[in-house]
Amino acid sequence: MLDKTGIAKRIAKEIRDGYYVNLGIGIPTLVANYIPRGMKVVLQSENGLLGMGPFPFEGEEDPDLINAGKQTITTVPGSAFFDSAMSFGMIRARKVDLTILGAMEVSETGDIANWKIPGKMVKGMGGAMDLVASAKLIIVAMQHVNKAGESKLLPKCELPLTGVRCVRKIVTELAVIDVTHQGFKLIERAPGVSTEQIINATAGKLIVHGEIPEMIID
Amino acid sequence: MNKVVSNADEAIKDIADNMTIMLGGFGLCGIPENCINALVRKGVRGLTCISNNAGVDEFGIGLMLKTRQLKKMIASYVGENAEFERQLLSGELEVELIPQGTLATRVLAAGYGMPVIFTPAGVGTEVAIGKEQRNFNGKEYLMEYAFDSDFALVKAWKGDTHGNLIFRETARNFNPMMAMAGRTTIAEVEILVEAGELDPDQIHTPGIFVHRIFLGRNYEKRIEQRTVRKKV
Repeated sequence: MLDKTGIAKRIAKEIRDGYYVNLGIGIPTLVANYIPRGMKVVLQSENGLLGMGPFPFEGEEDPDLINAGKQTITTVPGSAFFDSAMSFGMIRARKVDLTILGAMEVSETGDIANWKIPGKMVKGMGGAMDLVASAKLIIVAMQHVNKAGESKLLPKCELPLTGVRCVRKIVTELAVIDVTHQGFKLIERAPGVSTEQIINATAGKLIVHGEIPEMIID
Repeated sequence: MNKVVSNADEAIKDIADNMTIMLGGFGLCGIPENCINALVRKGVRGLTCISNNAGVDEFGIGLMLKTRQLKKMIASYVGENAEFERQLLSGELEVELIPQGTLATRVLAAGYGMPVIFTPAGVGTEVAIGKEQRNFNGKEYLMEYAFDSDFALVKAWKGDTHGNLIFRETARNFNPMMAMAGRTTIAEVEILVEAGELDPDQIHTPGIFVHRIFLGRNYEKRIEQRTVRKKV
């Protein structure tokens, strides 16, 4: 089974040299720490920055320089600032190569729900609806089951949707799963996790073809 | 040409009850602090605010929530404000949550003199309910209207007496589009210089869009999430 770091490390292996990447809040943010050595990747923060760097050193925080999670950050050499309309212009026009975000539910057709729990949570969708409507490649980082032990990989989402038919890949503590035209497809098992465990934790249709390899994480 | 006013109170003096105002900023970054404080002092009520966020309980737009000055909030994300959530759940405050890119582009459209935009954000979700939908090149888009607002309140880093503005880092965010979109635009700046002192090549918002400008005072620039790393 993977911890949050493990999920981030596995997702980082999907990154390719030259990618422009938008990272959501939570586990996706951790992916920045595991970008494969030698690859040049530019991180987009939708509040208006290309070239997001690590957190500042203590005492060097700049209130004018934050990421989309409102955290103080830094820039890297070659970065650029822009306004919010231009930011979503680059998202809508599919200049961003990869979007990594969290989810409450994903359906076997690639629908995603991650912004609202009716009667409970009303925080808003932020940029998530724009990102999922236009991203070239969306990878979801999430737990396979919720705190009540129920699967988050469903035949159909029960919560209000963020976007439809958009998720291509899901990485959880148990598995790597692709979303295909036929449904979820099991690609890799997390270390020490059996295929049966993954089948049992997946409520949506899961395609399992032959032996499923265990994922390799450095 | 006389756009310079002495302070926030003078700048917002004709903002009246039940008006619609846009406020720049992302989280607490790049918000018009002086204007918000002046609106609290003035006590105007029934305002409709268009802003990406609603501040926090003790700062930013949150200050106007506490004094119950808002009738309606149009935003993309309001997660950091307990009073907001309370007023929303109790029905005291009307709230329209819209995708951030849709918000930015509806503001942009207003500033560019265009009535609508088409965006794929929200297709197939509850955001699409009741909206005209069209297919272009095989993809579905929602028609969304440009925002009409009585006033836009923006915060820039530098400005000159003609209203030309330069923003700093990620404090730019929604400010340039809102500056273009307001029927009357008020800019507060950290540094105010004479026209001619700013390099024309570096100006983000040309002064034609700005009706009033003043030198802001006592900026707090609160940080919402102070994240740091240790020096090794």
